[in-house]
Amino acid sequence: MDSTVATGSEENVWGGGNQPLGASYGKLMMWFFLVSDALTFSGLLAAYGFSRFKFIETWPIADEVFTHVPFFHGNFPMYYVAFMTFILIMSSVTMVLAVDAGHKMKKNAVIWYMFLTIIGGAIFVGSQGWEWATFIKGDYGAIETKGGRILQFVNTETGERAGIADFAKNIPSERVNHESKNGVWFYEGEALPSFTVNEVVEGFKAHPNIAIRTEAIIQPGNEGQGEKTILSRAEGLAKLANASQVVEGANLIHNEYGSRLFADFFFFITGFHGFHVTSGVVINLIIFFNVILGTYEKRGHYEMVEKVGLYWHFVDLVWVFVFTFFYLV
Amino acid sequence: MGHDHKLEIFRGLVKFKSNTQKIWGVLIFLTLITIVEVAFGIIKPAILTENYFLGMKVLNWIFIILTLVKAYYIAWDFMHLRDEKTSLRRAIVWTPIFLVAYLMFILLLEADYIYEVFTNGFVTWNF
Repeated sequence: MDSTVATGSEENVWGGGNQPLGASYGKLMMWFFLVSDALTFSGLLAAYGFSRFKFIETWPIADEVFTHVPFFHGNFPMYYVAFMTFILIMSSVTMVLAVDAGHKMKKNAVIWYMFLTIIGGAIFVGSQGWEWATFIKGDYGAIETKGGRILQFVNTETGERAGIADFAKNIPSERVNHESKNGVWFYEGEALPSFTVNEVVEGFKAHPNIAIRTEAIIQPGNEGQGEKTILSRAEGLAKLANASQVVEGANLIHNEYGSRLFADFFFFITGFHGFHVTSGVVINLIIFFNVILGTYEKRGHYEMVEKVGLYWHFVDLVWVFVFTFFYLV
Repeated sequence: MGHDHKLEIFRGLVKFKSNTQKIWGVLIFLTLITIVEVAFGIIKPAILTENYFLGMKVLNWIFIILTLVKAYYIAWDFMHLRDEKTSLRRAIVWTPIFLVAYLMFILLLEADYIYEVFTNGFVTWNF
């Protein structure tokens, strides 16, 4: 009798139709996709860690980079990104509530929770766009040396950062911002920063209260550890002899905040994550309209909501790590 | 599909009456962790930034551990891994953990080596 039963189940295994993992095909494939996507993000974050450990003594301090909150002036590190994190966790909650309502076949509840999830996602993507814009625009401006290193400026009287606009000397010159609409003999030119290197250097000489701040972080055991090194005036002037250009803001090639790799990874990782959020919002919208049309009511179950929910939670999960490695650590 | 939800978290220390209640409970827990992280990030207590463990600041270790705790509750309760079969859960969780741990190990070790070369070798990069 026992052997008959065993043969029977074996036939069933090969005949298909059973679910050893207790999950439907679609859900399983969503999970496997998420695992591979998790590995992609891990690869990016590990590469970030690699570059950071390589330049461990000169890496930018995140608190000094992301200090802005929309509509407010002043120095507020972390607050805005903490708000963004909360929005994303909150939209994860409304998503899981939508899945829960789906299990109970409550169509209207699913519609409302999906709607709130989409709104949360949109707020998050908008905030990220704003964060990018602020990062690209820059704060104080800096000098890039021939070696590609960044020299920033501080006011030694107040101890606060000084923008190049605060002290640079205006030296009349015939600098023209080359754009293709102004002439036919060139195709493109470098965008001009507000000041020339010479103007900044002369301004530095004229203002004894301005000092140079290098990328080097003061190492443990020394005074002011964890802060960036501030050079004396004489050392600063020697450093300025190597100045090659004025940098305002950040892009893939130059970064006024410090190591350019920081900007590269910031754009790539938050961009890739933002792309996931955007596609998540689009997929959520499609499912949202399907719910309104009653597709899943007719189908008899709301498993599609659960699957898209998995993707949405994954986006939240990745953000938790991005938040830690970009803003906290 | 996990229709019957496991409603206990913290190894049975907290038990919720319904799945909805559990969701809000987990939200409160995750929000608390985020607040703690942000508070630490702003205050940066000197004891935690001056002491090192395995070459990294104690504060950074705390951040990473809190992140893993958050990730656990998102995956277990929001993504319903708690309600899935053990075999599915293991396939999903251990595959990335193993691969990522290996990747981190080789990349960070290599990065530290390059840092040594930059510091002690005959290479000029900071000029």
